[in-house]
Amino acid sequence: MHSGTGMPGTPDHPAGRIDDAADGADGTVVLGESDVARALTRIAHEIVERSKGVTDVVLLGIPTRGVTLAARLAQRLAAIDPAFDPAGDVGELDVTMYRDDLRRQPTRAVGITRLPEAGIEGKTVVLVDDVLFSGRTIRAALDALGDLGRPRAVRLAALVDRGHRELPIRPDFVGKNLPTSTSERVRVRLSEVDGGEDAVVISGRGEEGAR
Amino acid sequence: MSTTYVLRGARPLGGEPADVVLADGVIAEIAAPGTAAVPAGAVEIEAAGHVLLPGLVDLHTHLREPGREDAETVASGTRAAAVGGFTAVHAMANTSPVADTAGVVEQVWRLGTQAGWADVHPVGAVTVGLDGERLAELGAMADSAARVRVFSDDGKCVHDPILMRRALEYVKAFDGVVAQHAQEPRLTEGAQMNEGVVSAEVGLAGWPAVAEEAIIARDVLLAEHVGSRLHVCHLSTAGSVEIVRWAKSRGIDVTAEVTPHHLILTDELARTYDPTYKVNPPLRTAKDVEAVREGLADGTIDIVATDHAPHTREDKDCEWGAAAFGMTGLETALSVVQQTMVDTGRLDWADVARVLSTTPARIGRIDDTQGRPVAAGEPANLALVDPSATRVVDGAAQATTSGNTPFRGHELPGRVVATFLRGRATVLDGAPTGSADAAAGGAR
Amino acid sequence: MRHLLSTAELSRDESILLLDTAAQMAATQSRQIKKLPTLRGRTVVNLFFEDSTRTRISFETAAKRLSADVINFSAKGSSVSKGESLKDTALTLHAMGADAVVVRHWASGAPYQLAHAGWLDAAVLNAGDGTHMHPTQALLDAFTIRRHLGGPDGGLRGGGTDDGVGADLAGLKVAIVGDVLHSRVARANVRLLHTLGAEVTLVSPPTLLPVGVETWPCRTSYDLDATLADRQPDAVMMLRVQRERMSGGAGGFFPSPLEYTRYYGLDARRLALLPEHAIVMHPGPMNRGLEISAEAADSERAVIVEQVANGVAVRMAALYLLLSGEEQPPAAPPVTQPGTQPGTVEGTPR
Repeated sequence: MHSGTGMPGTPDHPAGRIDDAADGADGTVVLGESDVARALTRIAHEIVERSKGVTDVVLLGIPTRGVTLAARLAQRLAAIDPAFDPAGDVGELDVTMYRDDLRRQPTRAVGITRLPEAGIEGKTVVLVDDVLFSGRTIRAALDALGDLGRPRAVRLAALVDRGHRELPIRPDFVGKNLPTSTSERVRVRLSEVDGGEDAVVISGRGEEGAR
Repeated sequence: MSTTYVLRGARPLGGEPADVVLADGVIAEIAAPGTAAVPAGAVEIEAAGHVLLPGLVDLHTHLREPGREDAETVASGTRAAAVGGFTAVHAMANTSPVADTAGVVEQVWRLGTQAGWADVHPVGAVTVGLDGERLAELGAMADSAARVRVFSDDGKCVHDPILMRRALEYVKAFDGVVAQHAQEPRLTEGAQMNEGVVSAEVGLAGWPAVAEEAIIARDVLLAEHVGSRLHVCHLSTAGSVEIVRWAKSRGIDVTAEVTPHHLILTDELARTYDPTYKVNPPLRTAKDVEAVREGLADGTIDIVATDHAPHTREDKDCEWGAAAFGMTGLETALSVVQQTMVDTGRLDWADVARVLSTTPARIGRIDDTQGRPVAAGEPANLALVDPSATRVVDGAAQATTSGNTPFRGHELPGRVVATFLRGRATVLDGAPTGSADAAAGGAR
Repeated sequence: MRHLLSTAELSRDESILLLDTAAQMAATQSRQIKKLPTLRGRTVVNLFFEDSTRTRISFETAAKRLSADVINFSAKGSSVSKGESLKDTALTLHAMGADAVVVRHWASGAPYQLAHAGWLDAAVLNAGDGTHMHPTQALLDAFTIRRHLGGPDGGLRGGGTDDGVGADLAGLKVAIVGDVLHSRVARANVRLLHTLGAEVTLVSPPTLLPVGVETWPCRTSYDLDATLADRQPDAVMMLRVQRERMSGGAGGFFPSPLEYTRYYGLDARRLALLPEHAIVMHPGPMNRGLEISAEAADSERAVIVEQVANGVAVRMAALYLLLSGEEQPPAAPPVTQPGTQPGTVEGTPR
């Protein structure tokens, strides 16, 4: 089932599970606060360009940090085109109950799913996540979406694409492509969630990655 | 001829060391260490530090034969008795068929004699079929070869007051005694465990202490009124101890027993829902445990009796509510008494001889042969105990056929090294000799 | 969490996690597609030694909504009638590869034995055992109370905006009325509601309160009117009274149904004694006209039908939390170990 990174127990979506700042002490900062801001602004413009405006565009953030990133993107979209409602056109999509690795992880708390006010039917849904890795989280998100409605199109925005895909999934909008080895950990820190400055951090050569 | 044994340095009733010579079924000599005359061919047993007790007498044993030979037989149960240091057991009447006729009690008595591990004294049922409706033929059982003197419907209570009065009176004719299983039936319908804090939490139907105490109170007053003796089986509550203490202070001829398990275990064990701990009367509270220990120490409670109640796996490997009542006890009784009463200083070994041998023999009216002093010329019914040994109880390794010991995995003090029945070793080095069947004529 | 056997074993955090998870599960149940793939390929066995169509259907629905395979195993009365024993049933389920066993049993403690006797390595969910415990019932009751009265907007009928997610029940007063002695629902609720910070009052005729109740973390009363008037409970939970407990000669627990209703039934007059926001609960099935009048049962304060709906969400949450997460080695049974034993009085006092 799990095609394997050679590291049983390694989360396929490691950035989503980082919460201890101390962990980042030994990491290398590859994107700083201004880099993150620039990347998001660029993604926002790309979304508008690709969708030829903001009509029928809604954002769905994937918890935890994807939700925060979606909120930030929403502000930028609204700045580009006031027709975008930065509150009503954004939602969050918890994919826990659609994951294929529930038996390989400690029990995950089920998060909230909140759809945009206008729903997703016939919309262009942009899924927003912080780090794109194996693609399994996105696979789960696509399944979850399918149970919630039938969007006109689904696109994917990620702050970081670190490679090592295990499924035929590719992002439409990427903040930064980051070549990594599988034993490394990539973590995104966002001020709203983690406190401190925004940053993308690479750390580890496997010694702590493997549980 | 029978083997002569010399027990080197044994301490009769825990007293000064002596050499004890057993020959021709009796205690031939008790001499200062190293001074006994040892005949050629005698078997010497190094017994330094070991306590020599009169063979233990159990007034309350369930041997299950006839009827439930899958749980225990007279042979397997008496072998377990020997391993526990017993030389005589009273076999309760709730067999199938019930021991309510001379025929059944003679059969049980004969099976015991043939097995040869310990003397078997059948207890006769008080009422026909234990149904509590009319008296069984008590006189016929008394006059039978089994010479029954103890009568009990144990497992059930003789709850009808007029029937109990008649039984108490009737057995006077042959110096019998009624041993009452004190359990008011209406107050204990469907009851599963002691009624109290634990039963309320675990949701098992409660068995109030008053259901036992009310019957004991009634019976001691009845015994006083008709001038009979009464024996109270497996007393288990603090209130019961008080009632018996009061009755004795009034001069009522009552004796009482406590089981080893009620001396140590409490109803907290029901929280495990392990039916091993389901027993009648139920395990009570720590307060009750302390009260029965005190009662045993001050003589209010006369004896310890095992209520050895073997059950098959299938009768215990099930829901608590569906499981049978009872636990085994013959092979652990002495250790539990040592742990709870001797090692705590509440009884000495002479007291142990009194509560586990002399007094039960007297209550059962077998004191002409059992429960005798450890003295020259007396029948060589003896138990040799190493009180400094410890052991972890393993149900599967016991001599009893059934595995329902509540002490599985417990470390208990003391070990029966040897048991002698009329001079013949039934147990040596802590193990049954295997010669008993042959010695008894190979009847089985 | 490996098993769900008793609410007495649940910590406050575990209890809140269960309720919060149930809230998310409930949210999925208003969707058009209610089924989630979460437990695909897992097998849930409903093992019922006692009839309870409602509870079985609730668990079955919960398991199916999570895509588990459901096997219904009705073993009514098997052990007593000397049919298959609990042990053999457990071994059979083990051989069938059950991942979770939902067990309803007439014998108190049977789920505990299934979980700990070493016959089975599945997660065990107690769906009601004898007169002992009914944890999912208590959880759905707590969930219903929290939804209406808990959380930051607590006390407002209709509940907070977020179903009270994250909140406990601190300060809420709950009256549980009726046959406490025989009630696994009452036992389960007393423990859980206490753990969540609510103040529970048991109201019952003295004959239907267990000896030993004084050690429970709750108040007791024989007087329903006084409790409603003086305590002003936020929620009143009426327990079902079994008809066979009535009169029935000398062993009856109360003289007549009429007298029971007079003193312990919830009717329109008693309903009026309650505060505005108070809710009326009943685990079902109701004896209308005995412990609860039709007016009370059908009043707008009654949340009895909602309790049933919440039952599915709570059971989904329990199944999810027991069946997700890394596979754990079977827990050692907390029974007899050598050495000092609980339930053993050591030979010390003197």
